[in-house]
Amino acid sequence: MGEFIMKKDTYILGIETSCDETAVAIVKNGSEIITNVVASQIESHKRFGGVVPEIASRHHVEQITLVLEEAIEQSKLSWDDIDAIAVTEGPGLVGALLIGVNAAKAIAFAKQKPLIGVHHIAGHIYANRFVADFQFPLLALIVSGGHTELVVMKAHGQYEVIGETRDDAAGEAYDKVARMLGLPYPGGPQIDRLAAQGEATIDFPRAWLEEGSFDFSFSGLKSAVINFIHNAKQRDEALKNEDIAASFQASVIDVLTTKTFQAAKKYQVNQVIVAGGVAANKGLRNALVNRFSETDIPLVIPPLQLCTDNAAMIAAAGTISFEQGKRAGLDLNANPSLPLR
Amino acid sequence: MYILAIDTSNNALGVAILKDDQLIGQIITNMAKNHSVRLMPAVDQLMKEVQITPEQLEKIVVAQGPGSYTGVRIGLTTAKTLGWALNIPVVGVSSLNALAFQGRFSQSVISPFFDARRGLVYTGLYEWRAGKMHTLLDDRNILLTDWLEKLKALQKSVLFLSPDMEKHQEVILAQLGDLAIIPEEPFHHTSPAYLAYAGKELSGDTVHALKPNYLRLAEAEANWLKAQGEHRQDG
Ligand SMILES: [Zn+2]
Repeated sequence: MGEFIMKKDTYILGIETSCDETAVAIVKNGSEIITNVVASQIESHKRFGGVVPEIASRHHVEQITLVLEEAIEQSKLSWDDIDAIAVTEGPGLVGALLIGVNAAKAIAFAKQKPLIGVHHIAGHIYANRFVADFQFPLLALIVSGGHTELVVMKAHGQYEVIGETRDDAAGEAYDKVARMLGLPYPGGPQIDRLAAQGEATIDFPRAWLEEGSFDFSFSGLKSAVINFIHNAKQRDEALKNEDIAASFQASVIDVLTTKTFQAAKKYQVNQVIVAGGVAANKGLRNALVNRFSETDIPLVIPPLQLCTDNAAMIAAAGTISFEQGKRAGLDLNANPSLPLR
Repeated sequence: MYILAIDTSNNALGVAILKDDQLIGQIITNMAKNHSVRLMPAVDQLMKEVQITPEQLEKIVVAQGPGSYTGVRIGLTTAKTLGWALNIPVVGVSSLNALAFQGRFSQSVISPFFDARRGLVYTGLYEWRAGKMHTLLDDRNILLTDWLEKLKALQKSVLFLSPDMEKHQEVILAQLGDLAIIPEEPFHHTSPAYLAYAGKELSGDTVHALKPNYLRLAEAEANWLKAQGEHRQDG
């Protein structure tokens, strides 16, 4: 009887617990979502006005096996089908990361499956693989509550960070300004909504930094907004929150789109992809679409539910590591400040 | 019947395997080292040494706390996920109950405790009677001095067991005098073998429902409840 080799489909189970979402997903061949379960803790953290690490860790340990079970049941797959377990090893909240990492190790041991550690930002980037094939070299803009980065990729699994924030992440600035305007947590979507109703009448600063730098800084902008509100209150001037939100957002978006555009030119990329929770921001999406519509560089932005933290993106990035033969040992640890490389 | 016991609730890392009633192996270290890095390799190594595979396990017993919040979670996450993946029951046992076993032949009542900072301890009162460990006073988070007052009122000799004994010995002797019994150093360390014994007859809850026993609210939660004007007795 003749033997022939058929390329078997690859199924990777991903686990993500780096912040306040307990998430498990199964992904086929790195680009097709079989199941994607996310248990959000946002309701619990709302009362504190932000994510409390200890509370997040407590929720994760209570949720993890429930979310795992739901993902496996929804997938209709058996353990024999699963090729490897991928888990976010960092960066993130250490106590939160530890739950995912230890759960992943327990499964890898119990089911004797390969274990793969995934960088959270690599995950965000790979969320785009559910939407489009990667065209290298590509430029990725990652904007979230914890990150603002520009990354160039020349091949799968290869990351060159060409710019990052020197202080606050864009999402952090959004949350802080939202709090000052008395908006509930999380602030990003609230500002986005208010901004759409107002006009950018206030000229807040843009931090361009040194000539040619692709780094970001949002702390100066944040202080400018605080001072503006403070001074207006002292002079008893009426504040139009819609205009403050629009002006703040205009500054953030101007810097993000301009630097992304300049980097895309300089590195002569064939594709620009956007990732991270702030990529759900309508103002930012529109501005990027406008800016790149004048060029022949294709722009990819994933659908909203793939912008925020999820485990499908971890499984997708993990698939590449799996194919490239990268494996973690049972001594895998959580690394809250893991570098991307 | 193979039972795996896991304890990372405090500084000690302990893993033990029972075959029916026989302790066939254990690994213990009594150092403050990274549980997350070391636990799974320790389980892997021990199972290889005693030549059993994960599918042969029939029950897991885990130290449920109190102790280090992170340590308790590492043990519980590992135990729960192993139990879920292998489809076997997981039993949580109080870390204090497990430690009390070190005094199992004592005629005295037993007060195991862990330091909980700022003069507080996690403790409870246990008694070994008719070949079984009994709980006399439930585990709690309490000022050591208040706890010692309570014990003094019993007018009984009390055996104290704690890996944090050095820090609190003086206060215990000052308040309880001759009523306090403090054994030599090795008795103050938990053994995962006793954790396994403490849990082996228990059927346990579903894996999903098993939660750490912190004995203390998260600080943010406690402050929030205070701000809500809710009065809540904790411990
Ligand atoms: Zn993220």
